Amino acid sequence: MRAVITVIGKDKIGIIAGISNILANCNVNILDISQTTMQDVFTMVMLVDISKLSIQFSELSDQLESKGVEMGLSVRIQHEDIFNSMHRI
Amino acid sequence: MLMPFEIIETIKMIQEENLDIRTITMGISLRDCASSSANESREKIYNKITRLAANLVKVGEDIEKEYGIPIVNKRISVTPISLVAESSDEENYVKFAETLDKAADAVGVNFIGGFSALIQKGYTVGDKKLIASIPEALSSTKKVCSSVNVASTKAGINMDAVREMGYVIKKAAHLSADSGGLACAKLVVFANVPEDNPFMAGAFHGVGEPECVINVGVSGPGVVKSALEKVKGADFETVSETIKKTAFKITRMGQLVAREASKRLGVSFGIVDLSLAPTPTIGDSVAHILEEMGLEKCGTHGTTAALALLNDAVKKGGTMASSSVGGLSGAFIPVSEDAGMIDAVKQGALTIEKLEAMTCVCSVGLDMIVVPGDTSEETISAIIADEAAIGVINNKTTAVRIIPAPGKKVGDVVEFGGLLGSGPVMKVSKFSSKDFINRGGRIPAPLNSLRN
Repeated sequence: MRAVITVIGKDKIGIIAGISNILANCNVNILDISQTTMQDVFTMVMLVDISKLSIQFSELSDQLESKGVEMGLSVRIQHEDIFNSMHRI
Repeated sequence: MLMPFEIIETIKMIQEENLDIRTITMGISLRDCASSSANESREKIYNKITRLAANLVKVGEDIEKEYGIPIVNKRISVTPISLVAESSDEENYVKFAETLDKAADAVGVNFIGGFSALIQKGYTVGDKKLIASIPEALSSTKKVCSSVNVASTKAGINMDAVREMGYVIKKAAHLSADSGGLACAKLVVFANVPEDNPFMAGAFHGVGEPECVINVGVSGPGVVKSALEKVKGADFETVSETIKKTAFKITRMGQLVAREASKRLGVSFGIVDLSLAPTPTIGDSVAHILEEMGLEKCGTHGTTAALALLNDAVKKGGTMASSSVGGLSGAFIPVSEDAGMIDAVKQGALTIEKLEAMTCVCSVGLDMIVVPGDTSEETISAIIADEAAIGVINNKTTAVRIIPAPGKKVGDVVEFGGLLGSGPVMKVSKFSSKDFINRGGRIPAPLNSLRN
């Protein structure tokens, strides 16, 4: 099972480190990362494999969200299918 | 691999443009809950609803979390209670409504629909009792919604029922006078009612439906408006194409959620209803989509054409995205629930007459219309008759959800709160329809050829 993590906000040091640290701790593998700056907003999109996730999905979601609050960013994790259903036939 | 801009587009739709799953509605058949003992019947109803819907809210919340898409309402629709209750010898069905209310509370849903009767051609004993119980049932319960189908293209218009509903609506308003006539906001009078509609207040579980089913209602007027903002001044083919593409994306997402919910609940998947259902929140208005097309105010000349285009393009996009599109699917135009509509009424741009014309080309009817408290029963019946005629002749669903707010006059505003919003009181004709309504009987089913 794969999920998409998005980080949106102001660029700063340690974003990837902060997020990937949480992921490593709960056995989530990062498959792909891309980042861009769109209209002065830093956007990072991360595709991750959550099939060996060691905690509940909702717990991971909460952890990422609070990390986001701590760094002043919006961080969310969503099941990959929501994007596939919208953008792929 | 998904492109970042695609991911951002989806997230923007959800975060900034109020895209949401408006409702996951579980349809439950109560046909096996009939009994000659009313108490036994109610016990069966309560047990069946609380058993089948026990995990509905939890599953909804889990999906919301995992997919990151808000699911605003979790609801239940049941077999029309007139069919279930009429085996019993009880004279008044209010206790059945109370049972539904209690079951809804127990499983944590915010509305339960199906205190309903289908009387397009005539009444059974149970239908009569149910309709007589509606005013008290809706004013003494919080979550129960009621609907009555008074007409269909195949049966014509049951004018006895139309007359009676005028009285029922007035009485419901009177009994809930302290909340502005709120009971009427939970009562819909239909022509050609769909049996799988997930949206309240008109949802019920039709007799041709399976034992238990998941229907999903998707919304997103804000997404359509913001897509149209990017094609300012373009011709109508472009407008239509843009709406279609947007509707397609939204419906695909609805289908995903519906399938996932039905899988997790172990219940069959029914339909996805893509209806642009506005809420009073700014940026979630159907009126503002019409204005984005170039109308100064919703309700001015051109509004019907704009709405026709919108409704049709939404349906086209939706049906391409899912083979299970059903329910109402189109655009809703409830006045009190739409910030743009409220504003248009206040400024004198939008009247009942114009709304009636708009209902000829969109998915429902005169919805959440507040009229003066002294509007007569017959005038309300006549408004229902007009809407039913539009539905019957044009082979479409129409409905009336009208609130004669006790003690209120034109220019007043009635606050309902929450999704129901606030309704400016609208003017009705001062001329009487009394003798017309008092005739009773049935307007015959229309001819379906020689269509001019």
